[in-house]
Amino acid sequence: MQKLKRRSGVLMSTAALAAVSMALLGACSDGESSEGGPAAGGTYTWWDPYPQHDASSDWEGRVQACGEQAGVTIERTAYDTTALTNQALLSAQEGTAPDVILIDNPAVSTLAETGMLTTVEEFGLDTSAIDENLLAAGVVDDEAYGIPIGANTLSLYYNAEVLDNAGVDPASITDWDSLTAALQQITDAGDKGITFAAIGTEEGTFQFLPWFWGAGADLRDLSSPEAVEALELWKGWLDEGYAPNSVINNSQNTTWEEFLTGDFGFAENGTWQVNSAAEADFETGIIQLPARDGGVAPAPTGGEFIVAPVQSDTSRYDVTRQIVECMTTPEGFVETATTFAYYIPPTAEGQEQLLQDNPELEPWVEAVRSAKGRTSDGLGTDYPLISEALWTAVQNALSGVSSPQEALETAQADAEAATS
Amino acid sequence: MTSITPAIGTSTGNGRSTDPRSVAPRRGRHSRLNPSQWTAATFAAPLLIYLVMFYAYPLWRNIDLSIHDYTVRAFVQGDAEFVGLQNYVDVVRSSTFPTALRNTALFTFGSIAVQFTLGLALAVFFRTSFRLSAVLRALFLVPWLLPLIVSASTWAWMLNSDNGIVNAILTAFGLDPINWLTSPGMSLLSVTIANIWLGIPFNLVILYSGLQNIPDDLYEAAALDGASAWRRFWSITMPLLRPVSAITLLLGLIYTLKVVDVIWVMTTGGPGDTSTTLAIWSYREAFGTGQPDFSPAAAVGSLLIVIALVFGFLHLQLQRRQATS
Repeated sequence: MQKLKRRSGVLMSTAALAAVSMALLGACSDGESSEGGPAAGGTYTWWDPYPQHDASSDWEGRVQACGEQAGVTIERTAYDTTALTNQALLSAQEGTAPDVILIDNPAVSTLAETGMLTTVEEFGLDTSAIDENLLAAGVVDDEAYGIPIGANTLSLYYNAEVLDNAGVDPASITDWDSLTAALQQITDAGDKGITFAAIGTEEGTFQFLPWFWGAGADLRDLSSPEAVEALELWKGWLDEGYAPNSVINNSQNTTWEEFLTGDFGFAENGTWQVNSAAEADFETGIIQLPARDGGVAPAPTGGEFIVAPVQSDTSRYDVTRQIVECMTTPEGFVETATTFAYYIPPTAEGQEQLLQDNPELEPWVEAVRSAKGRTSDGLGTDYPLISEALWTAVQNALSGVSSPQEALETAQADAEAATS
Repeated sequence: MTSITPAIGTSTGNGRSTDPRSVAPRRGRHSRLNPSQWTAATFAAPLLIYLVMFYAYPLWRNIDLSIHDYTVRAFVQGDAEFVGLQNYVDVVRSSTFPTALRNTALFTFGSIAVQFTLGLALAVFFRTSFRLSAVLRALFLVPWLLPLIVSASTWAWMLNSDNGIVNAILTAFGLDPINWLTSPGMSLLSVTIANIWLGIPFNLVILYSGLQNIPDDLYEAAALDGASAWRRFWSITMPLLRPVSAITLLLGLIYTLKVVDVIWVMTTGGPGDTSTTLAIWSYREAFGTGQPDFSPAAAVGSLLIVIALVFGFLHLQLQRRQATS
């Protein structure tokens, strides 16, 4: 919401500026013949969820470069992530959808469901090089509706000083038991154990999924014994004081701010904090999120897909394809990754190129390879409904409204009712 | 709208009441409008267009959404199935409904009762001017001037379980910290407290201006008769302030019923459903999840409108009874 507000302020001032400059231009060009018409190929519209990158940013330059290659001008508009889904739906309803949208991966199946997106096949794009687990989030009924332009995921950041102080070796953490033991050691040494985000929004589910999947649970059965175990793990940490009570209201950003105070041993957070972690006042590192009985737990993939909405004028598709291709070549992926600093390319070739220049991103590439799309397993548009039931259960259990078992049983009943 | 049409009627009627010919066109409704009526209609047109565009159409659209089954697909394709009152039935039968209704009642009446009492107390306090009273009164308006996102975030920080200042004070006095926003028993109370703080200035301003209209000599006369301050408050201030109080309470009720931002920023209606009001529920269905669900959201919205209307009519009824007595 904060972002939204700020954005509308920016929009207003941009609009005002535009109006003033138009008036000025009008005054200057009075009587002169018009010159410098639009670029030969016309204008193509592009929406993305990166309002933090303004018109002077590297990202804008990258987008424009792809337009120039295709011989057109790209008009880029940035929206807040949630607002983008709503805007896309509205524009499709009005028949004014943009040529290209970059959209958060769980929203792809929602948009595809409406029939507003073209399939990758219709566009003749090749997706064979894309990692299967990443592409899956955009697949509905065996048809791919978009291409991931990069991926991010969750890992466990640790504060090396806090761990040293408690005598914990991060390499020793391989499963839930060793993690809980480490949290106890840290708490006994006078520091705080771990922080994560259990807020009642999609972020809460996003953060819970590695533990949920790591226990072997399935989103189709929220009340399975494995699911209950995962929720009991979190609940246990709160009850023992290994995690603060405020996690119930924490967003991922708040969680990160808590971690940056230096009081916490661990924080569950994503690829996008790599730079911030490097600048922290203490030494940090990451380990993979452990599964219950050892090994790496599948974390959910984050990141945007590039999709092309259906247009009434199908002659535009040719240029649109060129723009999409420009964004999805191996070089394109790496360039996107370095522009954002937190994106892992979705192809093996792109990942290798990225690692040549940034070997320190190795653990993240590994995490992305074992990550799993939230809408995969054929969940598609059922995912948002199941996710809401799940985060409500997490909230109810952690705050003590009901026991983990009861909370998840209610969640399963709600999810079944909502998706039937 | 109702206040416009009669006004036009009477103004043309008054001007021509002496002219018998003017009666004729008014009797037959289908007769052509005379020039002055055209002028009147032209002047009224912008307002009417405005009302239709920004009041009637959205209201109609809300009802339209609530009686169809708008899935995201149907929303884009425009082919939503007509389901009658099914959405309303689903909403009322939902397990969230009783909780949301109860929370709405507690939040609304709790907020209004305290806001009004404190607002009135402050208004009476500021009635007697003293040094710096104007400055102090202005300071009390600050909550009103702050953007809601700022004040709600500030409250959320203050009430944070681990790092909040409120818990820091509690522990400093040797008390146990309270999970204000994260325990099921406290979350509704916490958002109500924040909302009360936000609403006091509104009550203060309106009640203060109401107090200005009570003549001073009444108080002087009462003081001469030896009435205590308490007695003067109950026998002069309260009865004479009744019309202003009624409208303050009604406006406060309508504002409070539809509060979303404060609660959403502080708790997102959680933990679980424990601070979910009807307005929050409606917002969450439409915009709070990955899958917009406009139909039930619109149905909850319609219920809220009905609740507000009921209290509006109650107010009108009270006013009419007062006017006749």
